[in-house]
Amino acid sequence: MAPPPAGPLAPAQQLRLLGDAGVPPFAEHLARHAQPALVAGPTTVLQINVGKLCNQRCRHCHVDAGPHQTVQNMAWPTFQACLDVATRLRPPIVDLTGGAPELNPHFRRFVLALRERGVPEIIDRCNLTVLLLGGQDGLGAFLAQQRVHIVASLPAVDAGQTDTQRGDGVFARSIRGLRLLNDLGYGHADSGLRLTLMSNPTGAFLPPAQAGAERRTRDLLARRHGVVFNDLIGLTNMPISRFLEYLIASGNYRAYLAKLSAAFNPAALAGLMCRNTLSVGWDGALYDCDFNQMLELPVAPTASRTIFAYDQALMDGRAIATATHCLGCTAGQGSGCGGATVA
Amino acid sequence: MNLPPLEPTVTYYEDGDLAKFPAIGTEAPHLADAFFAWYGKVFDDGELTKREKALIALAVAHAVKCPYCIDAYTAGTLEQGCTRGEQMEAVHVAAAITGGAVLVHGVQMRKRADQLSM
Repeated sequence: MAPPPAGPLAPAQQLRLLGDAGVPPFAEHLARHAQPALVAGPTTVLQINVGKLCNQRCRHCHVDAGPHQTVQNMAWPTFQACLDVATRLRPPIVDLTGGAPELNPHFRRFVLALRERGVPEIIDRCNLTVLLLGGQDGLGAFLAQQRVHIVASLPAVDAGQTDTQRGDGVFARSIRGLRLLNDLGYGHADSGLRLTLMSNPTGAFLPPAQAGAERRTRDLLARRHGVVFNDLIGLTNMPISRFLEYLIASGNYRAYLAKLSAAFNPAALAGLMCRNTLSVGWDGALYDCDFNQMLELPVAPTASRTIFAYDQALMDGRAIATATHCLGCTAGQGSGCGGATVA
Repeated sequence: MNLPPLEPTVTYYEDGDLAKFPAIGTEAPHLADAFFAWYGKVFDDGELTKREKALIALAVAHAVKCPYCIDAYTAGTLEQGCTRGEQMEAVHVAAAITGGAVLVHGVQMRKRADQLSM
């Protein structure tokens, strides 16, 4: 077993560790199933990581986000470049992630600008506890007013499991955040205010079948906490960044990679998010997904490398950058920012 | 006198052993094939869900004290979305049944004692 890392692993170190995990390379998994290399289609989701600042410091976070991340956060000129691209590209979905995206000082201004440009769907990936922070007064009401689709993190309807992953007291505060959203109309079937729960496993194991997890979560949240939501998505924990550090420190690293490799599912390939997502980093750099962004694996050299130089003609049909971590999205029912990729 | 080097410690159950389970088919492949095919079908969704079956399997694993099964169905129940509380309740069910099975034989003991006693 490798010794636990002393601090955050640099992207190059992570890629080296993943390459040394004792599982075949991702490309070999594709070849074994006679599958071609991954290629991007038209971008339908413009996913913008507005920065790494977060009020939480979750143990599985692939972004290494936290209150200490005060530098790597998007500045307004980069938001403006994103707006320009959104105006030209007209993606059906603009997906805002972080960190806690709401903590970026330009968050509300950017949402308003997206609405003005008629973006059909704006997603806010919300950690729920941010809604309760001092200085974020009216955040929930703002999101409701702008009809933002909230994708809220809640790994389990179990305080112990949730707090183990996300920090002491987070479950209780998340329930308060959900109630606040419910009171604004979020999660009710006929309100038009969509509340999606996002659940990551609270350890080195794969997520449960999404439909069953949604049924159980709906029942438990309603019975125990009087909370409602629209739908639930399950995501596999990516073996990168803080979760990779956890895997190494807990002795689960090789077994988890072996599990992902053994669970490789070619049926999960068609729905991979990298095929229709363009991921923008806090500094405007472009990636095939948020995970590649954290590993500093940029889009193919034939494509535009930054949002400032975006040229749609260079993006569709680009080869997608892959490495061993991609096994996280192809295991079992498949995984991505939209949840399972296999019904 | 120099002592010979110690043999490396080998435990009876090792982490990698479960992955060797298919090797039981080396000697009697038709029986092994039938077992593995049947085993897979047992854990499909049916009148009971996969999740319910995984919790039953976890309880039985403890009752029969099978380390492979305990490892497999600890992970299996987590991957079915079970909580730590549900897992532990399943172990208590196994303990109650196995403990109860011992205790209920106290009835036989008492019957026999009655027969032997004045």
